[in-house]
Amino acid sequence: MEIIKRASAGTLESSDAYVQIEPHDGGLLLELESVVLAQFGDAIEAVVRDVADELGVKNVYIRIVDRGALDCVLRARVETALLRGRGNP
Amino acid sequence: MRRSMLFLPGNNPNLLINGNCLGADAVIFDLEDAVAPAEKDGARILVRNTMRYMDFRGCERIVRINGVDTPYWREDVDAVLPQRPELILLPKAGTAEDIRMLDAYMTEKEMHFGLEAGTVGIMALIETALGVENAYAIAAASGRVKALFLGAEDLTADLQCRRTKQSREIEYARTRLVVAARAAGVDVYDTPFTDVNDDDGMETDAELAKALGFNGKASISPRHVEIINRVFSPTPEQIEYAYQVLEAIEEAARQGKGAIALRGKMIDAPIVARARRTIEMAEALGLGREDV
Repeated sequence: MEIIKRASAGTLESSDAYVQIEPHDGGLLLELESVVLAQFGDAIEAVVRDVADELGVKNVYIRIVDRGALDCVLRARVETALLRGRGNP
Repeated sequence: MRRSMLFLPGNNPNLLINGNCLGADAVIFDLEDAVAPAEKDGARILVRNTMRYMDFRGCERIVRINGVDTPYWREDVDAVLPQRPELILLPKAGTAEDIRMLDAYMTEKEMHFGLEAGTVGIMALIETALGVENAYAIAAASGRVKALFLGAEDLTADLQCRRTKQSREIEYARTRLVVAARAAGVDVYDTPFTDVNDDDGMETDAELAKALGFNGKASISPRHVEIINRVFSPTPEQIEYAYQVLEAIEEAARQGKGAIALRGKMIDAPIVARARRTIEMAEALGLGREDV
């Protein structure tokens, strides 16, 4: 799936995550801001890459502001943002 | 058993992920009124994931999809059906045809997803004058329909009257829905009490609903759940009386009598049926006679 436009999903509320994406060449570039970055940064990145893989997204810039989102919430917000940014839905 | 049904806004992770520990017998993941049009897609995915990954054992999962007069409802069903919610709540159910349309689409999607046909039920939200007038036809439109649910806010708007705490404006709709549901053999649930800070008003409203024959009541606030559960649970006195009724009937059978009196009142079939329902509910709640 190709990302052709900027998109976002989620909120900055507690237990949520705010995800912004935009087209990007050269793989998946992730920028992460989280209060639990030191402890869960790797796990969060793994979740993001997993969702991108599932949707077949290879090239994208993703910025996430995490407000303590559980895996299922983070997955939902990343998926929503990617689907909103795709071409030919 | 569904005494209380708590609405959870479909795009609010904080409430969704905690929905299973708020005491309600059922939660309603709301994809309709609680979600802005621009967020329908995000809420749909969030609710799907919540159902997929969170443990809701002991708490029924109901999803309020968008109405069949909107462009959203099919995608709502596509997203949540594989997660096997107990019920799909259809808002603004106005005619039997609305139910049949949803039923047919659910059947098609169950086949598509390899699910057993008919495992997910439908609850019809009656919140228009047309829906009230067609309540029995809606309840009887499909074997999937398990319950009717009165939505008084939209209904009073449709009736062009003011919604009040006294609720006289919905008396007809309440009794009509109870009769229609019982005639069709399905459950029936009362509208939420919307003043979240009025616990006394909430309790009075729930007691009225119970007295009219409703199985339970919805809530938009977690703080009302405990009140609803209490009102719609049998009291220790009711449980004790129910056991005495069944004992009296057994004694009558032993004596070869067709009828018997208890506390000066003849015990007949409706009283026995009510006693059995009370004991069934008490057992489901873990309330034995020894707790009385």
